Amino acid sequence: MEATNRAPKESLLSRQKAFLRMTPESEKLRHLKENLPFMIMLFPAVLVVFLFSYLPIYGILIAFQDFVPGDKILSDTTIWVGFENFSRFFNDPQFWPLMKNTFLLCIYGFIIGFPLPIIMALMLNALKSRKMSKTLHTIFIAPHFISLVVLVGMLQLFFGRYGLVNNIAVSLGGERISYFLEASAFRPLYILSSNWQDFGWSSVIYIAALANVDHEQHEAAILDGATRFQRIIHVDLPAIMPMVSVMLIMSIGGLMGVGYEKALLMQTDGNLAVSELISTYVYKRGLTGVPDQAYATAIGSFNSLINLVLLIIANTMARKFSENSLW
Amino acid sequence: MSMKQKDLKDTLGDKIFYAIIEVFLVLVTLVILYPLYFVIIASISDPDAVLSGKVILYPVQITFSGYAKIMERQDVWRGYLNTIIYTALTVILSLVVTIPAGWALSRKTLLGRKTFMIYFIIPMFFGGGLIPFYNVMSSLRLNNTMWAVILPSILSVWNLFMTKAFFQSSINSSLIEAAKIDGAGQFRIFFSIVIPLSKAIIATMALYYGVGQWNSYFNAMIFLRDESMYPLQLVLKEILIATESTVGGSGETILEQYRLANQIKYISVIVSSLPILMLYPFVQKYFAQGIMIGSLKN
Repeated sequence: MEATNRAPKESLLSRQKAFLRMTPESEKLRHLKENLPFMIMLFPAVLVVFLFSYLPIYGILIAFQDFVPGDKILSDTTIWVGFENFSRFFNDPQFWPLMKNTFLLCIYGFIIGFPLPIIMALMLNALKSRKMSKTLHTIFIAPHFISLVVLVGMLQLFFGRYGLVNNIAVSLGGERISYFLEASAFRPLYILSSNWQDFGWSSVIYIAALANVDHEQHEAAILDGATRFQRIIHVDLPAIMPMVSVMLIMSIGGLMGVGYEKALLMQTDGNLAVSELISTYVYKRGLTGVPDQAYATAIGSFNSLINLVLLIIANTMARKFSENSLW
Repeated sequence: MSMKQKDLKDTLGDKIFYAIIEVFLVLVTLVILYPLYFVIIASISDPDAVLSGKVILYPVQITFSGYAKIMERQDVWRGYLNTIIYTALTVILSLVVTIPAGWALSRKTLLGRKTFMIYFIIPMFFGGGLIPFYNVMSSLRLNNTMWAVILPSILSVWNLFMTKAFFQSSINSSLIEAAKIDGAGQFRIFFSIVIPLSKAIIATMALYYGVGQWNSYFNAMIFLRDESMYPLQLVLKEILIATESTVGGSGETILEQYRLANQIKYISVIVSSLPILMLYPFVQKYFAQGIMIGSLKN
């Protein structure tokens, strides 16, 4: 919308300028001269992205090599092994458990974590008092700023063998359970704590979109006799649908992309059967013990590839069935 | 909106609906706040009372002995100092990298603007992964230096795009045109017009990058070997993340370990999170603002 507003003004301005300066060459020169400062401003960012994002992409080449740490990525002595590292992974007894653990953790996380911020945003927005909804939202965002180390530390304090949860359970006649040693408790603990920490933060964008809903629509709906609940379904929800579909595409793209940072902190010998994920396995095989970097890189890039494919599929679907897509 | 709604009477159904929402949100608020509250009361209660489950709603046998103990812990304070240094440097460098680049990207006259955008977008969707990243850091000889913790964190493409979106929507283009006609160069425009108008985005970015660095542990864990360089989160990880499996032994020894360690844990949670949680109410409008700018432009 903004672009269409601005375009006529700008073209008028540039026409004026062209008229003032007359020659197209000087315009071109001015354009170049103006761009030098922009290039200088962009340079640090371009460099940082090159060093820490593009160079690692180039480093994926070692997944196709027999690579020993310290080797150059390309040299005369490079031994190319094709897809051997990948086929080793597919035949690794860990392959299916890793895929399953990663997928299940993500899909359960998605089922709870995707709708929750939307529901919370709709509820906060429905409150009559703006002040109350702002205050509550401020409180809901706060846990976002707790670090993962502290979050997992708190989980251990609360769910440890002599933690609060067990103390309450025992006083109610239950038994002590070391939740962190129980494989079955890993996913619920992981997902619930993630949602506890981030639902408020994730709802911010929906709340921002809801703040832009035209009140006339609400008033018209009230005149038609709509209840508040009906207005949520028929006015508020459609207003945030574009945002919902963009977030949906992004979440599907990240469906196998759960990071290692939190899972590593939560891993114990007792829950490793479900808490070992593709990403944590990459870390362990590539950087700990006797590192097998080529193998770990093959696994990691296989994982990135899955994510990319999922994202493209999600985006294609979104393009087909709605007008909201990433590209 | 609320003013206009008040003119119309709510039906009984609506009243019930509002009541349900309010009760529900109060419950959610308790779920969010209680764990934080519990950590505070547990930190100032007698450790045995906490362990035996007597501390639930209020502190029991208030004691500050744990706080005295943490004051003596060199590693915690050294970690604190390291984290402050890393965070300060990250914030300064990230602003230097992000703000000018965001401005340049927001200019329609930028040559090759689309190419630059694609250059920055690709890493959002595809990356080399952990091991190649680690190897790049090694070959840049950043291993075991504080720059390994700082430099990879000084640019987030999300933040860059958020900054770009801010400039596109918040800087009046006629102001820039006027300055150009007056003969101001691009640098002068940037420093004397754009920067003074950009306090909101600068504050937002400083906070995003700052909180990110304050809370991170992973890069420090894989790149730093000297304990004297450990940031707070890594020190905390050793205090907080005790693995029950490694303790072994009978229930009694586990209980003893708990007795000794738990109070320190509650306190270290508070000591490490306090600066950010105290800052948060004052700066939360910037945080929210940042996301909103990003989301509206998307």
